Amino acid sequence: MGDLFANAMPIQGLIGGLMIGTASAIMLLGLGRIAGVSGLAARATGITVDGAPRPLSIAFVVGLPLGALVVSLLIGPVEARFEQGVAALVIGGLLVGFGTRMGSGCTSGHGVCGMSRLSARSLVATSTFMLTGFATVAAMNAMGLGQ
Amino acid sequence: MRPIAFAVIAGALFGAGLAVSGMADPQRVRGFLDLFGAWDPTLAFVMGGALIPMAIAWRIQKRMPSPIAAERFALPTVRDLDPRLIGGAALFGIGWGISGLCPGPAITDLAVAPVPAAIFVVAMLGGMILHRLLPATPAKQPPTETYNV
Repeated sequence: MGDLFANAMPIQGLIGGLMIGTASAIMLLGLGRIAGVSGLAARATGITVDGAPRPLSIAFVVGLPLGALVVSLLIGPVEARFEQGVAALVIGGLLVGFGTRMGSGCTSGHGVCGMSRLSARSLVATSTFMLTGFATVAAMNAMGLGQ
Repeated sequence: MRPIAFAVIAGALFGAGLAVSGMADPQRVRGFLDLFGAWDPTLAFVMGGALIPMAIAWRIQKRMPSPIAAERFALPTVRDLDPRLIGGAALFGIGWGISGLCPGPAITDLAVAPVPAAIFVVAMLGGMILHRLLPATPAKQPPTETYNV
């Protein structure tokens, strides 16, 4: 990507994206369900009774870190820079949890599954959380707030 | 293959995809959201890559009487663009911007950076419980209706 986007990983991004999309397709065609992580996490923990059968939700949620583990064993260390403070983790986590329940989905359910289905709800939700995400980072930068 | 095998394989492939794509890294995700700063477009490639198999899967789904390992498709049927959808997505985006984390990468990172990931995941579950407890916003998923196309 040249100097402009020196740190971008377009190839890895595309490959990883294809894996994520294939995983979502397995949920859809195999189990008839949307691979929405916020919904599956809420179902797995018993926070909601709606959605996929609980054992399947637990299996999917447990699979997520297992997948990262497999990558770290086969390819090498997985980068995860947690530079934000505890406050950003807690406030961010609360908002992400509350918001995804209120808005019925997150980046996976709305962003991948819903957008590929051309769902108007998911297009609106994805545009909205992208916009507030951009605005939040811009505002934090403008205020000189790190994380 | 049993349904539970489909679910764990899908979860693991999803988590592996996040790890390969750099999306397990909250700083990279935050780099994408830093549109007016040192913008990192990687997330757009991930999203583009993910949409391809799913766009094909939806076309296949239309022709399938039922899923491979379940009795029927159980998919969202709600179509309303209600304030709850937009308000919830807006709040989620703010939390995403503050932390650089959304639910998939956060849970995946439990295997990579267990302590900070666990702090976020516990707070996230707390937010979900809070939503369920508030009478104004009952914990209601879009009703999933079962149908065969």
